[in-house]
Parts: sequence; C-alpha cells; structure tokens
Amino acid sequence: MINLELPKSLIGAQTMAHQVAASVFRPIARKYDTIEHCDTPEELVALGKMLAASGGAGKMTERASGDDDSVKNGSNMRGIVSMVEMCWGCTGLTLSIPGAGLGNAAIAAVGTSEQKKKFSKLYCAMAITEPGCGSDSAGVQTTAVLDGDEWVINGEKIFATAGDRGDAVVVWATLNRAQGKAAIKSFVVEKGTPGMDVVRVEDKMGLRISDTAAITFTDCRIPKENILGSPEIADTAEARKKAFGGVMQTFDNTRPQVAAMALGVARAALEITREILENEGINPAYDKRVFNSTALEAELYRMEADLEASRLLALKAAWMADNKQPNSKEASICKAKAGRVGNHITLRCVELCGSLGYSESYLLEKFARDSKIIDIFEGTQQIQQLIVARQVLGKSSSELK
Amino acid sequence: MSELLFDLTLSEEQRISRESLRRFAEQEIRPIARAADEAGRPPEGFYDQTAELGLSLMPIPEAYGGAGIGRSPISNVLNAEDLGYGDMSLALGVLSPLGFINAVLDFGSEDQQEKYLTPLASEHFKAASVAIMEPRATFEPAELQTKAICEGEGYVLNGVKSMVALAESAEFILVIADLDGDGPAGFIVEKGAAGLSIRSDSFMGLRPLSLSQITLENVFVPAHAKLQREGVPFDVQRLVDLSAIGLCAIAVGCCEGVLDYVVPYVNDRVAFGEPISHRQSVAFMVANIAIELDAMRLMVYRAASLAEQGLPFHKEAYLAQVLCAEKVMEIGTNGVQLLGGHGFCREHPVEMWYRNLRAVGVLMGAAVV
Repeated sequence: MINLELPKSLIGAQTMAHQVAASVFRPIARKYDTIEHCDTPEELVALGKMLAASGGAGKMTERASGDDDSVKNGSNMRGIVSMVEMCWGCTGLTLSIPGAGLGNAAIAAVGTSEQKKKFSKLYCAMAITEPGCGSDSAGVQTTAVLDGDEWVINGEKIFATAGDRGDAVVVWATLNRAQGKAAIKSFVVEKGTPGMDVVRVEDKMGLRISDTAAITFTDCRIPKENILGSPEIADTAEARKKAFGGVMQTFDNTRPQVAAMALGVARAALEITREILENEGINPAYDKRVFNSTALEAELYRMEADLEASRLLALKAAWMADNKQPNSKEASICKAKAGRVGNHITLRCVELCGSLGYSESYLLEKFARDSKIIDIFEGTQQIQQLIVARQVLGKSSSELK
Repeated sequence: MSELLFDLTLSEEQRISRESLRRFAEQEIRPIARAADEAGRPPEGFYDQTAELGLSLMPIPEAYGGAGIGRSPISNVLNAEDLGYGDMSLALGVLSPLGFINAVLDFGSEDQQEKYLTPLASEHFKAASVAIMEPRATFEPAELQTKAICEGEGYVLNGVKSMVALAESAEFILVIADLDGDGPAGFIVEKGAAGLSIRSDSFMGLRPLSLSQITLENVFVPAHAKLQREGVPFDVQRLVDLSAIGLCAIAVGCCEGVLDYVVPYVNDRVAFGEPISHRQSVAFMVANIAIELDAMRLMVYRAASLAEQGLPFHKEAYLAQVLCAEKVMEIGTNGVQLLGGHGFCREHPVEMWYRNLRAVGVLMGAAVV
C-alpha cells in the first residue's frame, strides 16, 4: 500500500538522532570548525562507543535480513533518517563519529561474515581516490601483489575521510593495471601496519573537523584474507562487469546516505533562515498561491519543495535497498538531486539573511561551506547524471563517456 | 493491525488498473491526441468509449447505481498519471465528472449524493464539472467575486467563472461562490439553468478540453443545491488541493511521455558521426528529466497518500504543486529542445505537451482526486 510517512520505529530512530544532534553536535559545531585539526573530539568518543554497542553506525547500510516477501523498512532507511538528523546538527562531526566510516559500509556491503566479524570493532575509512584519479575509479594505480600469505600494497591515496583517525582503511588497488576494472579489488589495511603512512591531513573549505588524509603504502604487507570479495580476475566481459559491479554496489547503499547528509544540512539552513525571517515578521504559511507571494516567500517555498522531493527520493532509494530491489539508478538520482539542492539551499540562505547569513556568528555560512563537498564526494553531480543517463538511455560506459 | 510502513508497492487492484489504463492511454488516447488538439475537441464517441473504464462509477455508492468502491485519492492519482501519459487534455476531460463526484462525496449529504450522483452513474459518459477559477491574474480561491445570496427557498448566484472543463455538455457544474460575504460555498448548477451562459474560450493548450467561461446572471438554485453535509464544513482549500494533486499527477504522466519520446529520438538521431545521446550535453538533459520526474511523482504520491489516510495534506499538496509547476515546464521545454527544430514542428507531440504542461500552476479545480 502506498504510504510515504515514516513508521513509528523510524520516527524513534529519528528522534534519538535528533536529540544527539541538538544536544551534542550543534553546541560544538562552530568550535570544532575553528579548531579543524585535532584527534577525535572528546564529545564524540563516548557517542561512538554507545553507537557501536547498539550495533548502530557501522552497520547502518547492511541489507535487511529476512527472506519473506513482506515490505521492510530496514537499516538503509534507518540510516537515512538518522543521517539527516545528525547532519542537521553538523555534517563534519557526523563524519567524525568513531566507527561510522565508509569503509565500514563497504565491509558491510561486500564482506564475508568472517570479515564482518573480524573488522566490526574497527573504525574503517575508505581510500579510493589517488592524486591522478578521482571519479575515474577504474584508473586506480595503487597495486596489490600476492606474496605467499600476504598482499603487498604500493601506492598513494588521497581524500580518505577518517583516514587519520580511523583504525583501518579499505584500500582500492589493482592486481594488474593492464586488466582494467576487473583487476581492482579492495583490501582492509589496519592502522600501524608497517609501510602505511598518513602523510598529510587536508585543509578544507568546509567539513573541517572531519579528517581527510593522504596515505602512502610502501611495500605494505597485509594478510591474504583481508581482501574483500574474490581475488580472481574475471576474464570474460560479463564476469568483469559483474566483478566491478560488486565493488560499485557499495555505492548503491552509500549514495542515498550521502544524499541524506545534504538533506540534513539544507534543512538546518532553511530552519535557521525561517527563524531569522520570522523575527522580521516574515512567516510564509502556504496560504497564497506562489505567484501571489513575495519573491522571498516564493523562494522559500521552492527551496522547501526541492528539499522535500530530495528527501522522498533518498527514502525511495533506501527503501528499495531494504527490499532487495536493484536501486543503482535511484541511488544516483537521489544523490544528484539532494547534492545540488543542498548546495543551492545553503548558499541561498546565506544570501537571504544578508549580513547575518554571511556572518560567522550564525551557522549559515558554515552550512554553505559544508554542503559543497556533498555534491562532490561519493560521486560528483556530473557522475550521478552520467549514471542516470546511461541507464535511461541504455548506454554503456564506452558509448556514453 | 501491524504498523503502516513506508511503502511504494501497488495493491493488486491498483496494479491491474494501472495496466489497463496505461494500455488505454497508449492505444486509444495517444493516437488521437494530435487530431483532438487541432480540432479543439476529441473525436465523436471518445468520451463514451471511456465510460467503459468505469472511472465515474467507481466511487459512487451502490445504492445510487455505482460500484461503491469508495473514495481513494491515491488510486485516482495513479489513474490520472496513466491517462495523462496518453494526453493531458483528454485525461482532464475523462476525469472531470469524477472530480465533481468526489466533491459531492466529500461535502454532500446523502440526499444530495442520491440526487446528483445517480444520474452520473451511467454506462454512458455523463459530463460534470467543478468551477472554481475566475478570470483575473491574482485569483485566490478564498477571495471570490462570484457571489451567492440567500433568497427565498434558495440562493441567487452572480459572477463569472473561467476555465470550466466540459461546461457545454455538463449535467451539473459545482460553482464555488462566496456566500453572503462569509466565504466560499459550493452550489450545484444544473444544465440549462436560467441565467447561466457559457462561452467557449480558446487556450494555448488543453485545446480539446472545451474550457469555457461561464457567466451566472441571477441564477437561482434551490436550497438543496448548496453542498452541505452535517459535521463537514465546506472546505474550498481541500478541493483546490485535491485538484492540484490530480493535475500534477496528469502532468507527471505527460512528462513520462516526454521522456519515453525523447529517449529513442536522441538515440537514433545522428550528428557528427554518432547518436546525439552520446554527448553529455544531451544525455544530461535526459538524465535531469528522469531525476525531476521521479521527484515530482513522489511529492504527488505523498500528498495523495496523506489525503487517503484522512490526514492533513495541504502543505504537501502545495509544495507538490510548487515543484511540479516549475519542473514540468523545464521538462516540457527540454522535450522540444532535444528534438531541435523538429520539436517545434507539429509533426511531433513535444510542442503540444509543452503547451499543455503550462496549465500546471494555472488551472484549478479540474481534477479533484
């Protein structure tokens, strides 16, 4: 039955996350934006432990269990509603919660049950991007060579969120550069492994409290069983597609979660903007048709409509994942829409509130800085459009580049 | 009963209904849409053919000759979307009586339902309509210039209503008028009422819909013609919201038609040695149609599902219309753009869809779901 309201269980999760965001994140959001580089903020250490104990953060994108045909509102949807609330508090702090790394999501999505058990206690970052390859993740140059019972990793990774503070990093590396996508595998490298060095933490426009690390691997040796997925290199076109698809499947789970980040920060900006405007007696109440409203009111309506549409798209993509429906197109659709809407709303709110919006005494300017990256990481706006276009037009990546 | 979950799964009835309506839209509506646009009316017998779909019969109680399936805004929205895939004007025409029926079901007494719905529960197509709009730029449904005054055993109506669908053939028109300066009320005006004049109007789009301007000059209606149901105050906003959702759903169907039309075109059309769909400037336009289409659809579904559950849905309907009014125009214009000069020619339907889509954000009251 068609129903787009959240069930009580999800509202419970939403309320809990909101309380954390309002009582823990918001009050310290500005402080840590200014501090920028530090160890995991002390306020988040306890939170991370609590979430780990409740099986929360790291498992949020696991596919729902159960074999019956009944409709499920599972962990993907719970992830969305929690993420929205937490990022309403502060996106940078949300990404700094120990244990909630993207690497954890990758392990949850493609790891064996043994791997899930082995790494479940670790805070796992994800390292895909290299100085010479970003969106083109098939162009990975970092290598992994099997030597006895160990993989030997060599290469350089950048933009690894939580790469400094995390306990481990999921590293994308190629078994053979000549074999393209099919030879790219991911490996779990635990912090402290000889040959792995965090060489730099980036200074950024926004999301400052979240550490973004550059990591080098020099003859870094890890156990053979730390490879995620099969070590075989597919030799037929079909098998190659399947193998890389397996890696990319992680994104079908994580992109809606990243869309949710944009939703949280945009809603926060819109709420503060409405409070500021309300103090000046401006309180649009949906009582006049849009073209009979002022330009300011109409702009607020448009932003709210775009935000709500993005929210529903993210929920849909997560709902499909929870119900084991292929959702690669929908994951990209919601990421594309939420990413650009998040950018638009946060920046527009700065403008609508004038000097208050631009001032550091409010959070609006920070939200605008924070939101920019959400339309970039986990697949840029343009990459999402490319994915959607290929699916809608029935084109391969070699036909539509 | 277990807790209601977030769910986008159709019921079995909805799935079957969608299949048959989509087939009807593709086989019976799409092929005649262009000719209907040119002629300003559908071919003879079209509406009677649609009577077989039973859309008007569905919600009318069995006691009054209907199927008694009950009010379902969400099923109506799904039907509207499928019919809109065929053609917006013809979908609005087919659904116009249903809009009147839904309004009477929501706000009419049992006696009124018996009196006004029984004649519409027919195997033939019986036209009926809802008249909310008035011909001025800043029209608001809460500020009506059409006036009703209590007089004797009934009411006297005066004023002008615009964009009334199927007015010429309507058995009944539900006229929304300000009653004694106390705000909007609904009055059912019967065909041929003394003082009622109908002037057909031509529009940029929705041409086959016979949208008319109706003038009420001292039109007398008896007391029982005023929609009145014990315990349910007449709520013009609800009517406006339900019809906004209906219109948006029809437009969503049309936009899906745009997408399905441009995809094969850009894949077949070759320029500089390869299909133009291999160019990102073209491919991204198509991707954005798909993105915004799904966004609009979910907004409409949410508002409709709230209405279905008897929950407040004004804000959701309002925002759905805000989004749709903007995005359908973007999709409409890009549908033309993607076909280049060919899109501008009436040989292709995209220019007609563009003109029709402009009605979103303009038209009110035509498709109460």
